Amino acid sequence: MGRKQFVVAGLAMLVLAATSKAGPPAGGTVSGKVTYEGTPAKMKPIDMSKEPSCAKMYPTPPVAETVVAGSGNSLGNVVVYISAGAPDEAAPSTAAVFNQKGCRYIPHVLVFQVNQELKIQNEDQTSHNIHPLPKINREWNKSQPPGTPPISEKYDKAEIFPVKCNVHPWMHGNFAVLKNSHFAITGDSGAFTLPNLPPGKYTVTAWHESYGDQSQEVTISGREAKTVNFVFKAKPY
Amino acid sequence: MGKLLAIVLVAIAVLSAYPIVTHMFVLPEDISTHGYAIDSQIHDTMLEAGLSFVGAQIVLAAFVWSFTNRKEGSPLRSFPGGAKVAVMAAFVLVGTEVLALGVMGQKAWAEVYFTAPKPNAIQIQAQAEQFAYYFRYAGPDTKFGAIHPDKIDEGNQNYFGLDPANEVEARDDIVSGELVVPVNREVQLLMHAKDVGHSFYIRELRIQQDFVPGLDLSLHFTATKIGKYEIVCTQLCGLGHYNMKAYMNVMSEEDYEKWLTEQAGQ
Repeated sequence: MGRKQFVVAGLAMLVLAATSKAGPPAGGTVSGKVTYEGTPAKMKPIDMSKEPSCAKMYPTPPVAETVVAGSGNSLGNVVVYISAGAPDEAAPSTAAVFNQKGCRYIPHVLVFQVNQELKIQNEDQTSHNIHPLPKINREWNKSQPPGTPPISEKYDKAEIFPVKCNVHPWMHGNFAVLKNSHFAITGDSGAFTLPNLPPGKYTVTAWHESYGDQSQEVTISGREAKTVNFVFKAKPY
Repeated sequence: MGKLLAIVLVAIAVLSAYPIVTHMFVLPEDISTHGYAIDSQIHDTMLEAGLSFVGAQIVLAAFVWSFTNRKEGSPLRSFPGGAKVAVMAAFVLVGTEVLALGVMGQKAWAEVYFTAPKPNAIQIQAQAEQFAYYFRYAGPDTKFGAIHPDKIDEGNQNYFGLDPANEVEARDDIVSGELVVPVNREVQLLMHAKDVGHSFYIRELRIQQDFVPGLDLSLHFTATKIGKYEIVCTQLCGLGHYNMKAYMNVMSEEDYEKWLTEQAGQ
């Protein structure tokens, strides 16, 4: 290697070191798909006639997001996370953002970590009153008129719980407060990936707001990729 | 100085009567079959109370005017019979007035509360909750599914706590955030409060009725004009009270049937 090449290689290594995340070392991956069997309930259109400023934002009324089913029986809005086996992690410095727009919660299920900042914002022309319903964390509800700054909160215990709006009964969402960063939320395809798992024995849990939760054990040794699938039982009503 | 007070008293009486006599504030249009009786009752009450008020103010002013500037040493004169007679007279006068208004208003009251709805009246259940109204139609089977408070799931639009998994009656129930009624057809509203006291008020319909938790109240009316009218809560029910409202949508019979079919398909 010439001197010039040496310098280039050294710079490249420096850049790599600076850009790569200072997280756990790259390890195994758990991925899979969440599906349902049976017939899921038909999601009804949301009647927002009480709040014309929100109703007019939709050409056709949006449907409830309690069960988000995709093609091939895939199930969306499922939180897949490592519930045991991974050490607790410090919260990231970025805030998790929960938005109120068109009298709906975006996202419907928000996943964040213990003690991570939670930012709740109101983009609507109407007041909202956000009321998360935890059982072990501290419960509060806060009014948020239009144009007011975001509400900043955090939760100090791991828990998954519903969130509602005290003014608009149809507004319903969920907070999943988790102990570590090994989590994923499924989209319409039902697929999830949990990367960077160091070797070890883990419990992978999948949680759905109306179908409950399921867990599976998985052992990771080295840089292997394992597949874990979850099947929930859907109810027509 | 006393005479100035008399003039001010008359001025107050005349100025307060002016907007009422000239109909400065008109009632919103009446779109109900029973509203005329309520409007005439409001008119009669205003007339009777207004005349009494203006009359009393003028008499008061006249007394102030004629008995002012009493000369030093002139004898004091009192009302014949003393205060007792004056108080008795006031009781009789006011009592007669209140009684007369009650008798006159009895018809308007009875039309809303003491008569049964027609057999072909559409039954709609109205549920008030913090801070919204939801309306339920029985659907093709004309039977309402039972209410199970433990099944209430607002995130999934189950505001009434229906159990369609186990009860056939509940499966075709239509739940709407808007009160949709056909024009010129009687509606029987079955009123149910989910949490605290609320009220159902539609100005144009001349109806204002409280929801009382634990009491299922019934009310009937016929809307006579197609349009959209605001339903507001007039009973302070909590921090979101200011935002507790819904709309009543009065449709033609065809549009109403079409709406029902659309809702049943959802």
